[in-house]
Amino acid sequence: MDQSRFIAKHVVNLPKSGIRDFFDIVAKMKDAISLGVGEPDFDTPWHIREAGIYALEKGKTHYTSNLGLLELRRAICKYVEKNFSASYVPENEVIITVGVSEGLDLACRALINPGDKVMYHQPCYVSYSPSITLAHGIPVPVPTFAKDNFALTVEALRAAWQPGCKVLMLNLPCNPTGGTCDRAQIEAIAKFAVEKDLIVLSDEIYSELTFEGVHTSIASLPGMKERVIFLHGFSKAFAMTGWRIGYACGPAALIEAMMKVHQYSMLCASIISQEAAIEALVRGEDGMKKMRDQYHRRRDFIVRRFNEIGLKCHLPRGSFYAFPDVSMTGMNEKDFAISLLQTEKVAIVPGTAFGENGRGFCRACFATSYEQLVEAATRIERHVAAVAGKK
Amino acid sequence: MNPLVELLLDGGSLSTAQMAQVLKLSEAELNSQLEALKKEGVLLGFRPVLNLSNEETGVVRAVIEVRITPERGGGFNRLAERISRFDEVESCYLMSGGYDLLVFVNGASLQRVAAFVSEKLSTIEGVLSTATHFMLRAYKEHGFMLGGKVVESERLKVSP
Repeated sequence: MDQSRFIAKHVVNLPKSGIRDFFDIVAKMKDAISLGVGEPDFDTPWHIREAGIYALEKGKTHYTSNLGLLELRRAICKYVEKNFSASYVPENEVIITVGVSEGLDLACRALINPGDKVMYHQPCYVSYSPSITLAHGIPVPVPTFAKDNFALTVEALRAAWQPGCKVLMLNLPCNPTGGTCDRAQIEAIAKFAVEKDLIVLSDEIYSELTFEGVHTSIASLPGMKERVIFLHGFSKAFAMTGWRIGYACGPAALIEAMMKVHQYSMLCASIISQEAAIEALVRGEDGMKKMRDQYHRRRDFIVRRFNEIGLKCHLPRGSFYAFPDVSMTGMNEKDFAISLLQTEKVAIVPGTAFGENGRGFCRACFATSYEQLVEAATRIERHVAAVAGKK
Repeated sequence: MNPLVELLLDGGSLSTAQMAQVLKLSEAELNSQLEALKKEGVLLGFRPVLNLSNEETGVVRAVIEVRITPERGGGFNRLAERISRFDEVESCYLMSGGYDLLVFVNGASLQRVAAFVSEKLSTIEGVLSTATHFMLRAYKEHGFMLGGKVVESERLKVSP
């Protein structure tokens, strides 16, 4: 019997993740150095893990309210006010989600009517376009370019805009490019959102990992709070990817709508993760800064090495990804990544896994040990010399 | 902080060739910078952190709380330095609280350590009392967990 005829059309039509394809190839390769991951190399700091263990010991094994523990929401509001200059009310303007991924999905499902158009910049995190599609919206990609250090420009937004656009998704600093926007650029984007009456979903998961300048949240700009859903979480800054814990802050009416979807699907985020998240916010800042400093030094090294090797690489201002241009090798990004893996056993991810605008680029995660990074750079150098010589 | 010192702390297990790559120096330049740090007295040396049992090392370790009489002009320093110079002494710290010096001692056997305490340490003029605690087992040394197996990272090789 052919069960595929039962599968919903919009799911059938979703493309398979390019990451998934590549994962299958890397998984077969033994002893490869992987710069292909999308998470910190650090384990969660011990005091945060210990808080999770303590929660279990104390019998914290039950549901929480749909919005999440009030103590955590209070800690989040303090943290967001201090670090992002945006103030929210813990009682009704915050919801705890199962990672930012769920926050994004909730926002899409709560906001999008079938046929609504959603703008998002690309290259981008792999789930943006599918999240829109699964909510029956129409994805409208906006390109970002290496010449702008992959910052999102208003010119590109204007060029991509079309009637029927309702939502604008932002991810700054961006996975996979490490690109972000300075305050003036964010202000211009905010002005555009007001002009076109867009609601903004701002995924700021990499904001703590901003290495130059100050991260500006679009939610902090005057008049923007009413049209921004601020999405954030613990995965990257506190090395808590496996805990699946994040949050959304926004106007009460929108949080209430997201809560409706959340209560009928997820009910609540894991209480153990919520307890650990409180510990992260209250006592995790020093540990987080130490990790950021280490990422910073590794970034400086790997970006310099890419440029020395001849793979042009802009300086990613945030995140833990470098996004070098591999077109000088005469190969496309996928062929280059596969040949690098096969000949030198180094895994990087072809840029097109993050959308059409990643063509010619590859993503290399520098959240890994110095030894591995130094060795990976040496191998990449050897490989580039070998393939560029053949060109 | 000096970039080399920062790297020694952060990427301590890099080879000198790898450190040179990170700092964009030739290996010769790196070595001369290391030499300079030694001359300045900043870098005193390298020591491996080993995970060996007491039987393997044949070493007995003890921590000794020492009360001493401070001296006019020099405070605790002269006596502390005098105690620190013994080969048996691994580390020595001036402490606040109920005693003055905390002394970490190594010896080939229990008897050797006991002899060091009774014959050398406690007989020094100015040493008022000692309290010796023998170490039974180490769980963590210099930031490294001991005893456990090395756990491979469980990160997926590729993830979004």
